[in-house]
Amino acid sequence: MSPSISLSINGQPCGVAVDDPRVTLLDLLREKLGLTGTKKGCDRGQCGACTVLLDGRRINSCLVLAASLDGAEVVTIEGLADGDTLHPVQAAFIAHDGFQCGFCTPGQIMSAVGLIREAHAGNEPERIRELMSGNICRCGAYQGITEAVLEAQKTLADKEGSKQDRKDAA
Amino acid sequence: MSLETTPSQNRYGSNIGQPLTRRDGVLKVTGRATYAADNHPAGMLYAVTAVSRIARGRVTSLNVAAAMAHPGVVEVITPANRPPLAHDPDEKMPPFGFRVEVLQDDTVRYANQPIALVIAETFEAATEGAALLDPRYEAEVPRTGRGNGLVYDPPAIGIGAPPRTARGGDIEEGLAAAVNVTEEEYLTPAQYHNAMEPHAIVAEWDGDKVTLDMPNQAMVLSRASYGAYFGVPPENVLIRSPFLGGGFGSKAILNGPQILAILAARMLKRPVKLSLTRAQMFGPVGHRGATWQKLRIGTDRQGHITALHHHSLSATSSFDDFLESAANASLPLYASPALLADHSGLRLNTGTPGPMRAPGEASGSAALEVAMDEAAEACGMDPLEFRLANYAETEPGTGKPFSSKALRECYAEGAKRFGWSGRPLAPRQMRDEKGFLVGWGMGTALFHCPHFPASARATLRADGSALVETAGADMGQGAWTALAQIAAEALGLDPEQVELHSGLSTLPDGGVAGGSAHTASAGLALHNAGQDAILKLAELAMSDAGSPLFGAGNIGVTARGGRLYRNDDQTRSESYAEILARAGRSEVIGAADASRDPAAAGQHAMFSHGAVFAEVKVDPDLGQVRVTRLVGAFAAGRIINPRLVRSQYFGGMIWGASFALHEEAIVDRRTGRIMNSDLAEYRVPVNADIPSLEAILIPEEDPYVNPLGIKGVGEIGITGTVGAVANAVWHATGKRVRRFPIRIEDLLTDR
Amino acid sequence: MNRFDYIRPASVQEAVAAAAMPGSTYLAAGTNLLDLMKVGVSRPERVIDISRLPGLDRIEWQGDGGVRIGAMVRNSDLAYDQRFARSFPAIAEALLSGASAQLRNAATVSGNLMQRTRCAYFQDTASACNRRAPGSGCDAREGENRTMAVLGFSEHCIATHPSDFCVPLVAYDAVVEVEGPHGAREIAVDALHALPGTTPEQETVLMPGEMIVALRLPAEAADFARNARYLKLRERTSFAFALVSAAVALDIDNGVIRNARIALGGVAAKPWRAREAEASLKGSPPTDEAFEKAAELALAEAKPSGDNAFKIELARRLTRRALAFALEGTPNVMPALPASPFMTNPGASHVA
Repeated sequence: MSPSISLSINGQPCGVAVDDPRVTLLDLLREKLGLTGTKKGCDRGQCGACTVLLDGRRINSCLVLAASLDGAEVVTIEGLADGDTLHPVQAAFIAHDGFQCGFCTPGQIMSAVGLIREAHAGNEPERIRELMSGNICRCGAYQGITEAVLEAQKTLADKEGSKQDRKDAA
Repeated sequence: MSLETTPSQNRYGSNIGQPLTRRDGVLKVTGRATYAADNHPAGMLYAVTAVSRIARGRVTSLNVAAAMAHPGVVEVITPANRPPLAHDPDEKMPPFGFRVEVLQDDTVRYANQPIALVIAETFEAATEGAALLDPRYEAEVPRTGRGNGLVYDPPAIGIGAPPRTARGGDIEEGLAAAVNVTEEEYLTPAQYHNAMEPHAIVAEWDGDKVTLDMPNQAMVLSRASYGAYFGVPPENVLIRSPFLGGGFGSKAILNGPQILAILAARMLKRPVKLSLTRAQMFGPVGHRGATWQKLRIGTDRQGHITALHHHSLSATSSFDDFLESAANASLPLYASPALLADHSGLRLNTGTPGPMRAPGEASGSAALEVAMDEAAEACGMDPLEFRLANYAETEPGTGKPFSSKALRECYAEGAKRFGWSGRPLAPRQMRDEKGFLVGWGMGTALFHCPHFPASARATLRADGSALVETAGADMGQGAWTALAQIAAEALGLDPEQVELHSGLSTLPDGGVAGGSAHTASAGLALHNAGQDAILKLAELAMSDAGSPLFGAGNIGVTARGGRLYRNDDQTRSESYAEILARAGRSEVIGAADASRDPAAAGQHAMFSHGAVFAEVKVDPDLGQVRVTRLVGAFAAGRIINPRLVRSQYFGGMIWGASFALHEEAIVDRRTGRIMNSDLAEYRVPVNADIPSLEAILIPEEDPYVNPLGIKGVGEIGITGTVGAVANAVWHATGKRVRRFPIRIEDLLTDR
Repeated sequence: MNRFDYIRPASVQEAVAAAAMPGSTYLAAGTNLLDLMKVGVSRPERVIDISRLPGLDRIEWQGDGGVRIGAMVRNSDLAYDQRFARSFPAIAEALLSGASAQLRNAATVSGNLMQRTRCAYFQDTASACNRRAPGSGCDAREGENRTMAVLGFSEHCIATHPSDFCVPLVAYDAVVEVEGPHGAREIAVDALHALPGTTPEQETVLMPGEMIVALRLPAEAADFARNARYLKLRERTSFAFALVSAAVALDIDNGVIRNARIALGGVAAKPWRAREAEASLKGSPPTDEAFEKAAELALAEAKPSGDNAFKIELARRLTRRALAFALEGTPNVMPALPASPFMTNPGASHVA
């Protein structure tokens, strides 16, 4: 039994008393830590609205017990922007109208961030569609989502490239 | 207010028509947009409903003691201890409310009906408490389908209670005159809205006042209804609904679980949060009822329709009436000397259906557009040519002129962009380079243009900016953005200078966010309120000797870029801030109530129109279908924001594809339980299902529909698309499937 | 969800010891177990978290070209492991056709092997289900059963096994290594899952307290690398369980099939190895006729368990198609839509 765990959430170390082992990561974030950006759409891993990065990988937070997360690193939608500067994925979702009601959006965006890190899609729309299929959007914003992921991926690659150029120059 | 009386100085319009990105975009992409369940007032308790697992009978026992014994459980509400309500839940709540299940007794009328509410200190405890109730039942044989449902003749159908029968001409005479008659039956299943946000509420009482954080498509109306249930005046109910995680009609109607949560909060004197589970959304919060539709279409030698008879047997619950007005889809679309649309009802042990994106029209269009394809086939005509041959210049049946109808342009532009010409008439003629069967189909899209009374307030502030207010709802259609654009135009300001307050029931009534009418309804109120504010500002200036606009009087002024200009001399102008400052005013407030001009409404038939073209590929051996292209061309009056409108059309078209190929509640015939009440098995489309969408915005001016010329765009995309996809599947395979959704086994044809 | 004790052992030995108590269950990623706990199908008293046990997250290549995969290796890590995907492409394809990217990032090898049926009557605690509640009956038999089993079912249970991953594993003669209260043993994956017979509640042959620690693929399985496919029919393009699926692997030498492997998914309570069909292909040239015959043999024993006769024909056609795809050769690059019949389709290219 570990009644208390320590983990990092959006870069902040965080000690949490897990007095009830049933609490999921999703409910921990939403109900105990006030991080309500992550959404509960099905609570069964079937919609993707609760997607967060756990140790750098996108997962469904509704299917993870908080008690199992001692030492883990979690990044949620609240941890993505750099102050007032949106993460390129966030900005691209706005530019491409990749959402309507906005409820699935935090999950879509975290999933897109994970997808880009995984780097298995290349710049093929079909691969992006497939790899974003774990995030259901009932409003039907899929076309904008796909376009947003492609653009954000390019923006991030360009940024990475220029960082590399600067490094090379130095 | 009609067009003629609209002051011309406000028609120059530079804000309307801009493809602005969403005003709420940053909030939504950063997770800072707050939905109902994101609220967490101090001392909050969690409520979870326990639901019935039988569909008909009664609950004989609940193990309340076991639930209460679970650590953290605070209270269990059952029919035995449920506090009274001020309104009888077995009586409908006018104007739109249904009978609701709020533990009034132990009877069970459908599976997933709430049978108890468990309230606890934590979500986990409440959930387990509900599981521990272990209900026992006395079950009766439920009515679950056409075989054992109770057929009846409803007095009225659908929303607004249109009559169940509508006709024009003599149908039998028309059929007798026909050379070809096609007669087929089409089945549409029960479908569930499944907005991504489950129905949720956080209720907090303060004496006899209550604050409700909840997704709500009709705040001001709901406020009165909740007031009636709890015996408090409407103004004691504050509803906050800044964001809805999708509504699609399911959040316009009061439902039992949310009322129970409010009741629990009052009973326990603590804030209570309730959020339905995904499975619990298959029951008490409405759905699209199943239909069994028969269409008879007679055609003459030239391919003109001589008779069109559309009958729908529409399912409803055992205790209330909401029937899909599916047959009425055939009334306003194709010219026919004889028209008959009639309905019967079928009582089932199901939750009461309700409006679901394009109610009536979606199911009706699905059947009609396939039937039209079959009639075209019988006439040996191209489906588009056949529809053009039966183009209605006036509304069939009534003979009323259309307020506007650019459907011909939709057909032409859609067909061109899709590449419809050269389509072989016969099915199973096209293959792609990989050997997949390719099919092209089309359908006509149509949706009526209702208009809800709405009010708004516009305040011009000392710094020249404005605050506009109306209790509207942004459920993804982009109301915040489009409404601000309309207000900004009326106010002669940039949208950035206009602050919009919405989503709060204390604001002026923004009407119902439904019927694809919100932008027109709330928009007109904002427009008028803005004009009122400008009028008041102009009066200040024109009567002020110190103003360059002094004495403009009848010549009038124009509001533009935050300044008023003399109409006869554009060099004479003054900024709003200057006018207010000199008048020593901190603000000018304009207000307006707006509704439809009944005279214009009576004289015209008002519809948005469109044409949808679909390409599908079908695996010739395996029957798996993929919609590879959808092109829709829509004419819906004046477009406020093409970016958002395109997204609305996309969403509708995806719903159409989903209707055709995916969605269906699978009901166990014996128990009435829905066996796929989750998002794994109730399959709505995923990203990979939708490779290519195109929505074309056909320009259309409508001088009658409302002074702004705005028609609805939210629902029309489904209509037409269902038929287009089904017809494309036929064209690919030669298999005519008349039961939705089309399934793999329907297409396991001989290779 | 009931209250349970959460236990995190530090070693396999500790885990096995902890699981010896009745009412215990192993928790890996939880993508299946937690879901079942939420709907009340599973109500364990003790949850033993093995997700971070040391040493179970490695992919170890053996000297002979076989591979040993730790039980806690995540589905996506395995599928994207380059050497693994090159050697056993049908497994990688099956993995990538399953669930969603998020679930694959979490789900483990042994969790997938242990996942339970998606039968709606199993998942619905109000229904009679011999698998979930022995002796209660089977409401699926007269129920909504168009997706149920067509092979190996009994009057007591007509559920299917939902895994994609396990289908090629069975075809490839994979083996699991098991630790338990009575020591270690090995079980062929083909023998791991049980057909229902009269005891559908015995879903696997694992004894109480036994846990899978590793999965092994024999070196011979890599002989099929050039002609191996997994093909899956589902009712949306992605993120759906298989209606039917087929893993097919051919070892073709000089125009003759030297060896063939065929296993079907979605048709029975376990991944269904079609040995007679395999035998019919051995020594034969890879022709349409040979494939047709193999498909016939693979489904020879099939019969409907309800309104699902179409699945038999569908599985036959799918087998034939999978054989044809395998003959075409393993694609150099994983298809954009893994295992989908549309994977070879360029789809709409002009978007985005």
